[in-house]
Amino acid sequence: MSNELLKIKNLSTSFRIGDEYYAAVDDVTLTLNKNEVLGIVGESGSGKSALAFSIMRLHTRAKIEGEILLNNQNIVKMSTSKLNKIRGDEMAMIFQDPLTALNPLMPIGRQIEENLFLHNKKLGQQGRKKRTIELLNLVGIPRPERVYEQFPHELSGGMRQRIIIAIAIANDPELLIADEPTTALDVTIQAQILDLVRELKEKIHAGIILITHDLGVVAEMADRVAVMYAGQIVEIAPVDKLFANPLHPYTRSLLNSVPAEGQDRLHVIQGVVPTLKNLPRTGCRFAERIPWIDASHHEEHPELHEVESGHFVRCTCYEHFYFPDNKEEQANGVS
Amino acid sequence: MWKFIVRRLLITIPQIIILSIIVFILAQMMPGDALSGLIDPSIDPAAVEQQRERLGLNNPWYIQYVDWVGGILQGDFGQSFRFKMPVTELIGQRMVNTVLLSVVTLIFTYLIALPLGLISGRFNDTLLDQAITGYTYIGFATPLFIFSLFMLWIFGYNLGWFPTSGSVAPGTEPGTIAYWLSKVYHALLPGISIALIQVVSTVQYLRSEIIDTKQKDFIITARAKGAGEQRVYNKHIFRNSLLPIAAFFGWEITTLITGTVFVEKIFSYPGMGLLFLESITQRDFSVANSLVLLFGTAQIMGALLSDIILSIVDPRIRIK
Amino acid sequence: MAFLEVQDLQVYFPIKGGIFNRTVDHIKAVDGVSFEMEQGKTYGLVGESGSGKSTTGRAIIGLEDITSGKILFDGKDITDKKTKNKAFRKDVQMIFQDPYSSLNPRKRVLDIVAEPLRNFEKLSKQEERKRVQELLDIVNVSPDSIFKYPHEFSGGQRQRIGVARAIALKPKLIIADEPVSALDVSVQAQVLNFLKEIQSELNLTYLFISHDLGIVKHMCDNISIMYKGRYVEQGSTADIFENPQHIYTKRLIAAIPDIDPKNREKQFHNRQKVLEEYTQSYNDFFDQDGLAFQLKSISDTHRVALPQKG
Repeated sequence: MSNELLKIKNLSTSFRIGDEYYAAVDDVTLTLNKNEVLGIVGESGSGKSALAFSIMRLHTRAKIEGEILLNNQNIVKMSTSKLNKIRGDEMAMIFQDPLTALNPLMPIGRQIEENLFLHNKKLGQQGRKKRTIELLNLVGIPRPERVYEQFPHELSGGMRQRIIIAIAIANDPELLIADEPTTALDVTIQAQILDLVRELKEKIHAGIILITHDLGVVAEMADRVAVMYAGQIVEIAPVDKLFANPLHPYTRSLLNSVPAEGQDRLHVIQGVVPTLKNLPRTGCRFAERIPWIDASHHEEHPELHEVESGHFVRCTCYEHFYFPDNKEEQANGVS
Repeated sequence: MWKFIVRRLLITIPQIIILSIIVFILAQMMPGDALSGLIDPSIDPAAVEQQRERLGLNNPWYIQYVDWVGGILQGDFGQSFRFKMPVTELIGQRMVNTVLLSVVTLIFTYLIALPLGLISGRFNDTLLDQAITGYTYIGFATPLFIFSLFMLWIFGYNLGWFPTSGSVAPGTEPGTIAYWLSKVYHALLPGISIALIQVVSTVQYLRSEIIDTKQKDFIITARAKGAGEQRVYNKHIFRNSLLPIAAFFGWEITTLITGTVFVEKIFSYPGMGLLFLESITQRDFSVANSLVLLFGTAQIMGALLSDIILSIVDPRIRIK
Repeated sequence: MAFLEVQDLQVYFPIKGGIFNRTVDHIKAVDGVSFEMEQGKTYGLVGESGSGKSTTGRAIIGLEDITSGKILFDGKDITDKKTKNKAFRKDVQMIFQDPYSSLNPRKRVLDIVAEPLRNFEKLSKQEERKRVQELLDIVNVSPDSIFKYPHEFSGGQRQRIGVARAIALKPKLIIADEPVSALDVSVQAQVLNFLKEIQSELNLTYLFISHDLGIVKHMCDNISIMYKGRYVEQGSTADIFENPQHIYTKRLIAAIPDIDPKNREKQFHNRQKVLEEYTQSYNDFFDQDGLAFQLKSISDTHRVALPQKG
């Protein structure tokens, strides 16, 4: 049988500004295999979170076009009742901010049990409680019986993130989407949560989409990485290939902006990330931020090209890209 | 939680003491005193002076204050010179009516506020919501006493569905079922009138609470669990939005008790509000002062009640 | 004589409780911190949330009440709020974490940047505008934008406007409290580069407060690690990263994600090993209350809160 868990075809997610719709996710195609971790990296405004929310169909006011096939069922076209059967069961999500993602007025235990109740009616009240304690143990919560009755505000951020993970994995989902799961946490807690996710991956055999802005997190966690810029995937490759041989100018610029050994000045990408309304919709979207690259090097309709097996890059400009060492050129243009 | 409630209770003590001092000072500043309204102006001033001395009216203010507070603590608010009866007894009669009217009003307020607020918040910016918010704007803009007159004119005089004055049909035997039914019947029209106007703030408050809660992250968490819309609303949004409304409750009661003054006047409903107006126009200061003290105490108790309710329903305060 | 000297700084916050709401206990946000700074250098202050790093910075500039201890700036005692005179308030400035909330949304850029100038220098309207434009030029924000409002700028630009305000009075010391943690990676790079540039131009001293060890390593000459209100280790950047002595420091360093996927397994095992060491020797490195011991010098530059032996 096919190893493919999730297949996204020509997905566009648009939001309405004024009278028009603008695509935050623009014609994205990708696949996720069973038991694979796909990292999606980008800065704010890249569309990575909009993509995650589209897969779960959590946008309340967005126009979604294209196909999202989870085990060959199209989520985009699905009825709400069918969708609710899948959400929390076949696919689940881990959220960014553990401080706000839990209901402040509901005991922890009930919040986890709600997910069990919704998808496993056979499990009685006793069964649900037993499973909840089990889950709390699994995500490394000390004294689960006590935490079961506590409220979110009585737990630390790291503990709350573990609860959110427990909710997500309650029904052994096949697809787990983690949207910046450690951004709001301290470094040592981040390390613990990442180790936990890695451990759980072995146990529940889920395919994981890991959304983050942190290249370090991706390097540690992902099997494959997609880099997003302005609503598009600009580069996608197995993790070792991406870090050993980054090709797209944006990927290279991003890697160079992170402090590294023996680097005095960090690379600064010229200009600013365009807002949704002002996204360049034609040609290479990154072109305006690398103006020293001759316009002729960009494709008219940039496509993803397979450069080596599994390694795709958008636009031909990467072949001619170089960093300007000239300081004047590097000074960022602020209008 | 107990610590919180005890602490909160302790705070009310100085509040009430300060209130009583203010009321006492106000009473002292009023022209005349307890005697001046009672006696014939032609009596010999020396005799009056003797009477003052006997009643302790020449004592320093703090002794008079202590006497006054001592009386109140024993349930003695003094004499009403108009009604020629103890203030305690007078207010007691009227208080029953006002409490009844308040209860009727509260029931209608919540009967109207909850469904309207919930619908308006859940389906915000639809036609239905616009109709409801339209109503709340009209409610805000309409003065209660004009609306009450209007209601009285339509349902009292024109249609004759409700009595137009009093708190009970004359001639009914106190204590019988017929007597209490008649009392409720008399309270209905003023109660509904107040409810229809006063409800608008609760509707708006509930509406904005729901719209606010709808956008919280934990609602997304609930949806991601696969909870249907109905469940998301019932288990997560409504519960969390009703919390501040519960805290609103105590405040609502006090505004009712103190806010029915003009409505009671319009419906000639013999409650504390009407008594208050009468006592002022007739310079029956011992009654007016006692009512101010009671209204003020009700205000303080209402705030206390709100805080206690909140501390019981909100785990973030409960568990400390 | 040190440029800034902090001696045994303590900042305690009262915990109110009981029926009468009396102070029943204290949170020891900063619990006996001492350090010295030299002019023109960058000092990193690293710790996790609740470590007291921000409180330390805020106490120095006078935003928190100091419970005890002494702060000397240029040799003058400025511990007491009253002694933080005009000169001090001019010489020491702060950059805040969140560029979205630290600028008043109803004020124009001109007013925001000119505010310290108005407080300290009597300038005519023309002079003031000229100075603001010069400052905006230094921070690479177009001088034409003085009449714009904060919401018209991106996060990086806002943070640089915050910096323009901070350097308006030519301060000597800037306390930067997580100045880039709310920003995207590429914007972060821009602000960090820029902070380095103006440092050499204006001979600035930075107290750089951050939770991000990677950035601190890039920016700082000297690093202090803080845990529960106390210093656990203090040293040159090389001391801290190449020769960490305290188990907490080791744990922090091990927690930084490695940007090379090839090191993944190695990093994972290293982290497990450090965690094991941490759990095993926790009782040696911390007292009964889980607090660190006094710092001891192990070299000229390197001081560590080592276990009290004997």
